[in-house]
Amino acid sequence: MSMLQIEKLNVWFGRDRDRVDAVIDATFDVAQGQSFGLVGESGSGKSTILRAIVGLAPTWSGHIAVAGAPIGKRRPKSFYKQVQMVFQDPYASLHPRHSVDAVLGETLQLHGFTDIDARVVKLLDDVGLGQKFRFRYPHQLSGGQRQRVAIARALAPEPELLLLDEPTSALDVSVQAEILNLLADLRQEHNLTYLMVSHDLSVVGHMCDRLAVMKDGKVVETMDVAALRAMKAEHPYSQHLLQASV
Amino acid sequence: MMQTLLDVENLWVKFPTRQGVFDAVRGVSFTLGKERLGIVGESGSGKSMTGRAILRLIRPPGIVEADHVKLDGVDLLRKSEKDMRAVRGQRISMVMQDPKFSLNPVMTIGAQIIEAYRLHNSASKTDAHTKAVEMLEAVSIRNPERVMRAYPHEMSGGMGQRIMIAMMLIPNPEILIADEPTSALDVSVQRQVLDIMDKLVKERGMGLIFISHDLNLVADFCDRVLIMYAGRIVEVCDADKLHEAKHPYTQGLLNSLPRLDAPRDRLEVLKRDPEWSKAQSVSGRV
Repeated sequence: MSMLQIEKLNVWFGRDRDRVDAVIDATFDVAQGQSFGLVGESGSGKSTILRAIVGLAPTWSGHIAVAGAPIGKRRPKSFYKQVQMVFQDPYASLHPRHSVDAVLGETLQLHGFTDIDARVVKLLDDVGLGQKFRFRYPHQLSGGQRQRVAIARALAPEPELLLLDEPTSALDVSVQAEILNLLADLRQEHNLTYLMVSHDLSVVGHMCDRLAVMKDGKVVETMDVAALRAMKAEHPYSQHLLQASV
Repeated sequence: MMQTLLDVENLWVKFPTRQGVFDAVRGVSFTLGKERLGIVGESGSGKSMTGRAILRLIRPPGIVEADHVKLDGVDLLRKSEKDMRAVRGQRISMVMQDPKFSLNPVMTIGAQIIEAYRLHNSASKTDAHTKAVEMLEAVSIRNPERVMRAYPHEMSGGMGQRIMIAMMLIPNPEILIADEPTSALDVSVQRQVLDIMDKLVKERGMGLIFISHDLNLVADFCDRVLIMYAGRIVEVCDADKLHEAKHPYTQGLLNSLPRLDAPRDRLEVLKRDPEWSKAQSVSGRV
């Protein structure tokens, strides 16, 4: 079964002479339980696809379906229970004046949970932070710990599809290893589907089963990770990308 | 013997806190010639603070102490704030980590680059405009005329970073301190930006201090590398020999990287030894 289906997706910003076509006719498919990577240079539209899926880029056309249900201009509340996003920069994506408890508690409340206290504790345990971080503020946390809080927040509504927008690019390599291990564990435990954006081919090679290579808003190639490891890219741009990253 | 551009001896950066004085940089010494010197380490290891301290950009209550920080034989720590302003940008330029916080959000990109150029050169607006467009092209930005009219929030992270580099290189400085200049860029553009910097170091005889957490990149791009941990230099080595590094910290960092050619189920997590932060700083002088 396919968890996420994207067909002929177009996203644009601005108008007339300042119009930018950020995504052009993107088509791909992510199966349930799969981890799918989107790679490409900055400005190639990989993050924009994620933003269009969750509704942060309102000017799009084409077909997006999550678990078989097509998405319209307005997303129902149940959509956000199913799909959640982790952003690139944990320094910018957490409210500086809200404690970890407030961030997670508010999310849980908005999704209509009643046993908030127990769930906050469980979420913190799930992401390997534990109780002592519950009443801290973002400035009292390191980058890796913040990203763990951001992941906990995304896990709060018990989603099936997690959109990861460069989850480790703002982190040190030693911390990146911890977060990537955590994401791999969570995917197994919660049976999640990942759509992961990264500019780092080795990270995608480590985390994903399949990947799409993007350039100038277009998906130029979709391939298996096995093909990536064997350096068997077909499109010249993917080959160039592979060579640049080894 | 290579000509020494910058000579740093026993540099300390201290921040008084409620829990006592916190030493961000602890007794770091190194020299910089016309070369590419890499400083690697995790966040919090003091590598950015070292870069900032050279330009005296640490604000009070932070304290910078050193036996000397000499630029062409003149101690920067003894200069007045006014003299320092002639050094910053003009002689030593710095590319900051994050374009989101370093670019002015309410000025167009064009206006900012033109301002940077005209501050140090007496040029007409039209000349400055042409020069700015050339510089944007040099950092391989497509459609520079549109970018000149755009505001920073309309740019992607990578484009913002390339704009920063263009802005810093336009006054033609002697030393460029690049603080994670390519961490927001993707591999293919990274290479281009590095090639641009490389060309400048070679052609104009610039010295480059390249601060990064990306070990492979530093190994590939720099001539010499200082590895910092907890405010100290734990190891100094030639960049091409980084993969034969002896210190367990350097080895741990190298092992925590995912690799395409050697897939693993789990990545190795760095185990820290408290002894590492106690050891004396290694000198990076030539």
